[in-house]
Parts: sequence; C-alpha cells; structure tokens
Amino acid sequence: MVSNIDETRASAIVVVPREFASVPGRWAGWARQLPVLPLAILGPFILIALFADLIAPYDPTEPIPGAKIFEPPFWMEGGSTHAFLGTDFQSRDLLSRLIFGARVSLIVGVAGTLVAGSIGTALGIVAGYLGGWVDQVIMRVTDAWLALPALVFAIFLATMLGPSMWNIVIILGAVYWTRYARVIRGEVLSLREREFVKLAEIAGASRARVILRHILPNVLNSTMVLASLTIGVVIIAEASLSFLGVGVPPPEPAWGSMLADGRSMLMVGDWWLTIFPGLGILLVVLATQLLGDWLRVRLDPQLRNM
Amino acid sequence: MGKFMIRRTLYALVTLFILSLTIFTVVRLTGDPVTLLAEPGARAEDLDRVRTDWGLDRPWPVQYLAFAKNVFTGELGKSFNYQMPVSTLYFQRLPNSLELALAATLISFFIGIPAGIISAVRVNSGWDSFGKVVALLGLSIPGFWLGLVMILTFSVWLHWLPTSGQGDWRHLIMPAVALGWYFAASLLRLTRSSMLEVLRSEYVKLARLKGLPSYVVLAMHAFKNALIPVLTLAGVNLVVMVNAAVIIEVIFAWPGIGRLLYEGIFQRDFPLVQGVVMEAGIMIVVINLIVDILYAYIDPRIRLTK
Repeated sequence: MVSNIDETRASAIVVVPREFASVPGRWAGWARQLPVLPLAILGPFILIALFADLIAPYDPTEPIPGAKIFEPPFWMEGGSTHAFLGTDFQSRDLLSRLIFGARVSLIVGVAGTLVAGSIGTALGIVAGYLGGWVDQVIMRVTDAWLALPALVFAIFLATMLGPSMWNIVIILGAVYWTRYARVIRGEVLSLREREFVKLAEIAGASRARVILRHILPNVLNSTMVLASLTIGVVIIAEASLSFLGVGVPPPEPAWGSMLADGRSMLMVGDWWLTIFPGLGILLVVLATQLLGDWLRVRLDPQLRNM
Repeated sequence: MGKFMIRRTLYALVTLFILSLTIFTVVRLTGDPVTLLAEPGARAEDLDRVRTDWGLDRPWPVQYLAFAKNVFTGELGKSFNYQMPVSTLYFQRLPNSLELALAATLISFFIGIPAGIISAVRVNSGWDSFGKVVALLGLSIPGFWLGLVMILTFSVWLHWLPTSGQGDWRHLIMPAVALGWYFAASLLRLTRSSMLEVLRSEYVKLARLKGLPSYVVLAMHAFKNALIPVLTLAGVNLVVMVNAAVIIEVIFAWPGIGRLLYEGIFQRDFPLVQGVVMEAGIMIVVINLIVDILYAYIDPRIRLTK
C-alpha cells in the first residue's frame, strides 16, 4: 500500500500530449510567468559554482598564511576582513570553502539526478513497452531496491565503494532510479495502447524506433517533473553522506563535511561553522523545490487547479 | 483472500531474495572484503587467515548459500568487532530506536495532522498558504542540520536541554523533532489531500444536508475516513525511521540501530554493515506485506485487481 501512496502522487503526473504542449502563443505566457523567486535564489548559487575560482578569495583546501584557527566572521570580536566569514579548524577560509561547496552540491545534485533519471526512465520504458518476463525482472528489482531506506542503501554502497565525488554521483543514481522506473513504466503501459504507437508498429517501425521516436518524447515531461522532485533529495543525501564521512572526501569542501567539521565547535557556541553551510543547503534545496512546483504546473495542466 | 495472501507473500519472498543477492554482490563487487576487514598494511598470511576464518576463500555460490542460510535462521552473520550475531546486536538496539521513532511520529502528528486539516478545510486561504510553507520547509531543511541548530539554541545558548545521550523526555525531544521534521511535512500533504478528497464525497455532503453542525461533520464523518491513508503512512514510516535514523542518532549520541550501522562503517565491520542493512530490508518488506494484507482485508476490491 505504500506503493499506492507513491502512485497517487505519481499518477498526478499525466502525459501531456504534444499538441497541447505547443499551442502557439504559450511562449508569451512562459515569459510572463517566469519563476522569479526560485531563479533569484538559484541563479546566484549557479553563478558562484561556475566561477568559484574567480570569486573565492583563497584556496579552499589550504590554510590562510598567518591566520588563526576558528577565527570568527569579520563583524565579531576577534574577526578580521581578510577572512570575511572566519576560518575553520585548519585556518582555511570559510567563505572560500562555502563557495566551492556550492559547486560540489550542485554538481552532485545535477549529475546524480541525471544518472538516476536516465537509468530509471530507460528501464521504465523497456519494462513497460516489452512487458513479459523483462517487465517482471525489472519491476521485482525495483521493488527490492525500494524496500531499503534510501539513505541506508546509499551509506552501504558508499562504504563498500569508497568515497569520491563521482562515486557519490553513481551511488545516488543507483539509489534513486527506482521511483522513475515505476512511474515511467506505468505511463508507457497506457502509451503503448495509444493509436500513434499502434500505427507506428503497423507501419513497420522497429522497436528501437518506436521507443526513441514515439514513447520517449512523451514520457520526458514526467521525467523532468520527477527530476525536479529528486534534485533536492539528492543534494541533501550528498550532504548527509559527506557529514557521516562516507561522501565527498576531505580536503574537498562539501557543505555536509563542513557541518561535520563545525560540530566540535558547536558546544562553545561557534555558530557560524554550522549555520552558513546549512543555510547553503537549505536555500538551494528550497529553490529547486519551488522550481519543481512551477515546472509541474507548467508541464501538467491537470495539476494547475490544485 | 487466501490466494491473495499467498501471492503477496511470494512477492515479498522474491523481493527479499533479490535484496539479499544485491547486498551479497555489492560487498564482493568492490574487490576483496578482507581488505575492508583487515587493518591497512596487514601481512599477506594474516589476510589469508581472515579469508579462511570468514569462509571467503570458498566459491561465490557456496558463500551465497551460507549468507542466505544466515538470513533464514535469523542470525545474519557474526559481527567482526563484537564477535556476536548481528541479529543479537540489532535487537539489543531496537527498543532505543523504537522509542525515538515513536516520539518522532508523535511530534509529526502534532504538526502535520492539524495543519493538514486546516489547510483542507480552509483551502486556498491564508491557512492553506501557511501549510504550504511548512510543507516546503519540511522538505528543504535537512533534519540533521535542524538538530545541530537546536543543539546550538536550546543546549548551548539557553541551557534548557541536554545536548545528547539517552535519559528522560528532555533527552528525547530534540532528536525526535529533528527526525520527525521531514515526516511532518509529508504527513501534512497527505492529510490535506486525503481530507480534500473526503470532503468532496457524497456522504459528507449528505451529513451537511442533514443539518449536522460542521464540527460533527468534520470530526465524525470526514476526519475518521481521511485518517486511513494517514495512519498507513505513519506505520510504514515508523519502521523506516527505526532503521534509517543514522545521522540523527549520531548527532545526539542515541544508542540505536542507526548508530550501530555507523559504528560498523568506522570499525570496518562489513558483516555488521551487511547484516544491519539486510535486517532493515526485511523489516520494511514485512511491514509492507502486513499493510497490503490489511488493506485487502478492509477493501475487497484490492484482492481482485492484479
């Protein structure tokens, strides 16, 4: 029955026939209703991540020469303007680490979502379109992998594979593809009964052609909506793994491992080491959620009234 | 009903088989689990001895059968570090994790259900918007960061609550809020949509037409029925929280299952990690099976479809 709860959310994601999606004049509406708030939050983070090398005042992995450890931000007593937000336990610049941390979070978030979405969509289409034992095998694996709590599964894989940023991307892709597979399969089951698919088959199109030209374009909307839901989850999962020490390895600056580093100084009240990386995660995830809501309404007219 | 139960039980067994195969393969996929077990730089003959001790020199199918037998007898293998069956360790920690998960569920009920009801009854009002903001923050604020911020606020600055450990209710409150936080948001969304659906139903309309006061309609007719999916989600989530509260238990030094897993990672105790992950999978497959059967018992339509 858990599955059914999942599916009630999933079933709300309905295929939008292409003819509706491309009504002339809709682009004007798109431009008018740009998601201002999410872009206003996410935009700066993307820019910071892209140009981290130019913006960051220091090397995030090296101590600032002559600086003390655990310097507070510049407006507090004992702080100075050469390290705006203070320094960490190795007298590295917190601001520079936050800036490069944005890059880690966004790369892992986007790449992990891409991996999960590609695997899940591909398997969902294959299972739904081919049916039979292929479908059975894929769906039983999906069920089994869904049975493990995502984070526990990710921790397990990370422990066994060893930490590196690209391993984390693969691991999170391997953990989160299952929800795509379920939803996409369900859609393909109804798509393959539709006339345009039947006609393509009668016209002698190969399976690969039917999948690539007729099925795939019609499930991409749902993949995108699911991706917008997953990206925040993936970012938090990366932060969690890094916090536990099985994620992005030091000295690479990831927001999760920065939180773990700051934990020792929490008891003496050095709040900046905990607050700033957490705010980074919060804002990025919040913006992706808002963007996801906007996307859902855009891509799915059925949900617009909800 | 009998047929349905047998089919569902078989599905659950297949799921568990795939799960055990996945876990078994992952552990061996990454090379030699002995290198995970032994200290770095151990001598070759020591490695060989560990290999023989743990039966890792046998062919894979034989090893899998031994692993499956361990799962089947409920022992789940022996922890390298504790020299005890993993299941013994797991069930020692279970009451602690259950205590925390129950408290977290309670807290999420206090936040999620009233807010969900108000959002549904006063749909599209200020209350509804407030509910949306709460739900959005629930998904965007990582629970473990919330935990750190609470420690900072209530333990370090205000000295109201102890920072960590297990004891009376004051030890319980912060980890329970941090753990229940995410769930409160999903509970809110589900309560809202479930209430909205019930409020549109014919029997609620009839109850209103009979002239019953609106609080009677809401409490007796609507809420009682809207509660079914909510309680299901709560039950399944309880089991997930028992097994997946890794970070929260680490932050608050809570001696539960999550911390057992964490210890396993850092003591390179791969039989422990493997066993705890498998046990978590078993618990979740079993609770899903129970929920499925209960639902089929309540609603005969479910028995007949698929």
